[in-house]
Amino acid sequence: MHDRLESLPRNFGVLSRRDFLKFCAVAAAGMGLPLSAGIRMAEAVAEGMKKPPVIWISGQECTGCTESLLRTTHPTVEKLILDLISLDYHETLSTPSGELAEAAKKKSLEENRGKLILVVEGSIPTKDGGIYCQIGGKPVLQILQEVAPQAMAHVAIGSCAAWGGIPSAGPNPTGAVGAAEALGGRYAFINIPGCPPNPYNFLSTVLYLLTFKKAPELDDQGRPKFAYRRLIHEGCERRAHFDAGRFALEFGDEGHRRGWCLYKLGCKGPETFNNCPSQLFGDVGPRSWPVGTGAPCFGCSEKQVAFTKPIPELASLRYFTPGGIPVEEVRKGGGELRVTPPVAFAPIEAPKGSGVSSGAAAVAGAAVGAVVGAAAAMAVKLGQKEPPQEGGGEG
Amino acid sequence: MAISRRSFLKLAAGAGLAAGASLAPAPVGARPPVPRLPEAVGILYDATLCIGCKACMSACKEFNGLPPEHTDPRAIWDDPLDLSPKTVNIVKLYTHGSGLAKDREVDGYAYIRRFCMHCVDPACTSACPVGALYKDARTGIVKYNPDVCIGCRYCQIACPYNIPKFQWDSPFPRIVKCQMCDHLQARGSFPACCRFCPTGASLFGEVRELLREARRRLALKEGEPTWFPLRRVDSGSHTYRAAPAYLPYIYGEKDGGGTQVLMLSSVPFAKLGLPALGEDSIASHSETVYHALYKGMLLPYLVLSGLVYLVYRNTTKKDLP
Repeated sequence: MHDRLESLPRNFGVLSRRDFLKFCAVAAAGMGLPLSAGIRMAEAVAEGMKKPPVIWISGQECTGCTESLLRTTHPTVEKLILDLISLDYHETLSTPSGELAEAAKKKSLEENRGKLILVVEGSIPTKDGGIYCQIGGKPVLQILQEVAPQAMAHVAIGSCAAWGGIPSAGPNPTGAVGAAEALGGRYAFINIPGCPPNPYNFLSTVLYLLTFKKAPELDDQGRPKFAYRRLIHEGCERRAHFDAGRFALEFGDEGHRRGWCLYKLGCKGPETFNNCPSQLFGDVGPRSWPVGTGAPCFGCSEKQVAFTKPIPELASLRYFTPGGIPVEEVRKGGGELRVTPPVAFAPIEAPKGSGVSSGAAAVAGAAVGAVVGAAAAMAVKLGQKEPPQEGGGEG
Repeated sequence: MAISRRSFLKLAAGAGLAAGASLAPAPVGARPPVPRLPEAVGILYDATLCIGCKACMSACKEFNGLPPEHTDPRAIWDDPLDLSPKTVNIVKLYTHGSGLAKDREVDGYAYIRRFCMHCVDPACTSACPVGALYKDARTGIVKYNPDVCIGCRYCQIACPYNIPKFQWDSPFPRIVKCQMCDHLQARGSFPACCRFCPTGASLFGEVRELLREARRRLALKEGEPTWFPLRRVDSGSHTYRAAPAYLPYIYGEKDGGGTQVLMLSSVPFAKLGLPALGEDSIASHSETVYHALYKGMLLPYLVLSGLVYLVYRNTTKKDLP
């Protein structure tokens, strides 16, 4: 291993080897990969430092996902992401603008056919030919259709790109849909939903792509399992209060100030799959996530929950987190993402003994019969006159 | 006229029997059903709203001073398997097949809360020989007075829901059952289970209000957006969600003569362990029978006559002084 470390360059862009390895190790740990995967990541980056070209397309979005990405701190990721990848086109971060930016995109598209990484941020309007979002005079739907075939990997960052997000909320005047749906499901998008998503979920996915040249394990909605495998309710630091029935009833009340469960305030943790409680935001330590700060989760990353259900509406517990004793057959450690039926509840009929066995009944019956018989025999004898004592005896 | 002692006694017994019978107008009419008290309070439990969080169980134990119960030796938490002297309220689980969908009879699961139903005409108070279990004249809550209880446990046998529990492990045992937090109600509060239910699955209120609310829910179409009161039927705070597919039946409206605890569900109540009792209360049947037997002291007279006859038959001249 030492040789492998030695063979890495001393510097990765502006980062020292030491700092870069630290970052890779953290990223690997975040995905649940062994430490050696961190070294492989570093090697993948070091391999001639050939930076994979990234085209970042923005649809109907607020740039929140980009902003979130810029606020990663270990290491200063805005520098890393520029050194790690060649961000050939990004409407917010590109140095050139206007015609120059469009020219850069065109050049990159021609040079890197089939080698691009396409990142989509924001939803794609489809109504009326997609005229509601245009860049350089072209509907974003058309831009997407041009770029998508040239990409080797497709990533949708944020809820808007993953499944439509805010622009798709009713009445959805622009016919906004997620990137995968806009392209008719022809491309397997890696969806990183969230509003904004945790930037480390995105960074980890990109590093995985670069290292292993394939997408990480995805669930049925195209979300990486390392980040979206568990319900927020499962990892929530306030879960004990839910189990104990201690709920904040309104903002600022005694329960709220004491950090009790926010379920009654409409927390959607029980129906939202994300790793917020364990990954946290902003790198400022414990409790730095919505529920930790006292704001109920509104399910930003979950389709049919965010921007659909009213915020005070109570979450459904359709996906029940097994409490108590794990059922091994159903839920192997770190296993499949699946809904499990509830356990640790009393059954309708309380368990009872199987009653007396026939053998035991026979023995008990025989014993009782013997006692009754002896008593009857004794009763008969009691009624009889004592036989006259024979004379003599010991006199 | 010579009359043997034998025939005299026969005659006397027959006359006594006739006199007893004439006091009892036969056939004895069935005891009339007991109506609901106008100010009766109760709980509406809606199994479709229940999320199985057991907040009612922990609140119940906290406010009634009951200890946790450890059924599974591996469990360090409260895990009763059924009602017991330590548990007067329990959330039970119905599962079938894969058990993946809530409130579905096949391949689904459902929760059911079990606690005292506070019958309109309770079998336990009818069976209690000393009035240790009695029905509050105003609120209709079935209460327990430990000072007069003689520990006969007739109430346990009488109750069709298997609710009263006896403290077998105590040297001074009591009967333990839900008393609808009457100690809290005396202070102007209401049952802890309803106060801490996060979804409004357990709802406290006057029974007539609860019946009106239950009928409103049954009138809803499946999927129709609607509101559900939280904590108390008159609390004014609501939760909003789509109406579930209810079974068109309010358990407790008429079952067993009616109960002050009403239940709604999507899964048949028989599957949830609630007995099918018919519309007459068990107490009305049993009281009809034994009130008839004791009408005009009929049964004691019959038994006494029989005993006298037996003694007479087995008495010989030698036994007489």
